[in-house]
Amino acid sequence: MSQKVLLNAKEVNIILHRLACQLIENHNDFTNTVLIGIQPRGKYLANRLAKMLKADYKIKNIQLGHLDITFFRDDFRRGDKPLEANTTDIDFIIENKKVVFIDDVLYTGRSIRAALTAIQSFGRPKEIELLTLIDRRFSRHLPIQPDYRGRQVDAINNEKVKVNWKENDGEDAVYLINN
Amino acid sequence: MSELSVNHLLGIKYLDKQDIQLIFKTADHFKEVINRPIKKVPSLRDITIANLFFENSTRTKLSFELAEKRLSADVINFSASQSSVKKGETLIDTVNNILSMKVDMVVMRHPSPGAGVFLSKHIDASIINAGDGAHEHPTQALLDSYSIRERLGEVKGKNVVIVGDILHSRVALSNIFALQLQGASVMVCGPKTLIPKYIDKLGVKVETNLRQALNWCDVANVLRVQNERMDISYFPSTREYTQQFGINAALLNSLDKEVTIMHPGPINRGVEITSDVADSKQAIILNQVENGVAIRMAVIYLLASKIKK
Repeated sequence: MSQKVLLNAKEVNIILHRLACQLIENHNDFTNTVLIGIQPRGKYLANRLAKMLKADYKIKNIQLGHLDITFFRDDFRRGDKPLEANTTDIDFIIENKKVVFIDDVLYTGRSIRAALTAIQSFGRPKEIELLTLIDRRFSRHLPIQPDYRGRQVDAINNEKVKVNWKENDGEDAVYLINN
Repeated sequence: MSELSVNHLLGIKYLDKQDIQLIFKTADHFKEVINRPIKKVPSLRDITIANLFFENSTRTKLSFELAEKRLSADVINFSASQSSVKKGETLIDTVNNILSMKVDMVVMRHPSPGAGVFLSKHIDASIINAGDGAHEHPTQALLDSYSIRERLGEVKGKNVVIVGDILHSRVALSNIFALQLQGASVMVCGPKTLIPKYIDKLGVKVETNLRQALNWCDVANVLRVQNERMDISYFPSTREYTQQFGINAALLNSLDKEVTIMHPGPINRGVEITSDVADSKQAIILNQVENGVAIRMAVIYLLASKIKK
């Protein structure tokens, strides 16, 4: 197994600031916008962006939730490992809101497909956008593309992209792992 | 640990501690799901479940059916009273006929103890026991423990008394196994005639004085007197039973602590429990019903994930 650093802490930080600014460009003061981190690992990115928007860009009313997609996945009973669920916490109404899905890596697009179905249980959003830190282009199974992307990566199928977060993994970094 | 150790839920005695923890953790997620505006998830789209009820049931049947539908499974219902069982068909024949219709999972209630175990040896589908005679009723015990965990934080270290007709109760036996597995102490309390002779061998305390039992416990799970299962007279009169083993507000208020009251339903108001207690804040009877759906969703989901494609 070998691994290569794709982004270090400084680069991650620069990208996060750019993504935050792009969000502000489209959503102004976020009054009608909600940020939804996709569980399990999109949560860290969503939390970080929300914190940054509040602290560095003085946006007061950020609505942030986490969505678990386990029960909406299309590979139930198909994998070797059983699927383990995570917590969903969305304590606001989605109806007629602009929703921004936030995930760390966009790969096949199947998670986002599941999230698009899952979010409907909370109402009918006005529109849904997708923000992702890493976009593994050329590996999509579905016609899904991000509206905001941190970095595009060309990785082949037996490679894995791992995003580490300080609050969970001790450092901010993105690795390309070759098995 | 994200998989059950069993392929069927036939009784609590076949589960281990990790299984119960996994079911509770999964039920937490489903409890959030059933409080959404849209309470349905598509996980079990390709699963068909047969609910076979060879004995009457309202609550359990509705709860299972709702759980199945919230998971998007296809559901067929069967009641023995309106079926060919009356014409003399055997259990295996009945079930095999139903399974020929490509059913993946069977939820069964049956008056004979061990009916689920018997069936699991002869058929291919995953089986959930929804009550077999006076033997086990595992999902009820799971939702009871889950409700205790929700109200009191945890089950471990709690004192739980099961009051009433222990002899005819599958709820009592499953509860004893489930509570002990999670580290709670269990006592049974009722008229001597309704307590099985060697129940102390299971490691439960036996008490015939209700006040003393209530003074000892954190939770009282009150069972219904199952008149329909009684072939002989086990106590002189309902009135006398109520006087000795009925739970009323005056009795609870005279204790120096607050006991959580549970009841698996259906309640005989004024017999084993008075209305003012059943409707009080101490009682978590309706929470039990709500949790029942979440627990059954968790059990069905976890068992379904083990059905081979």
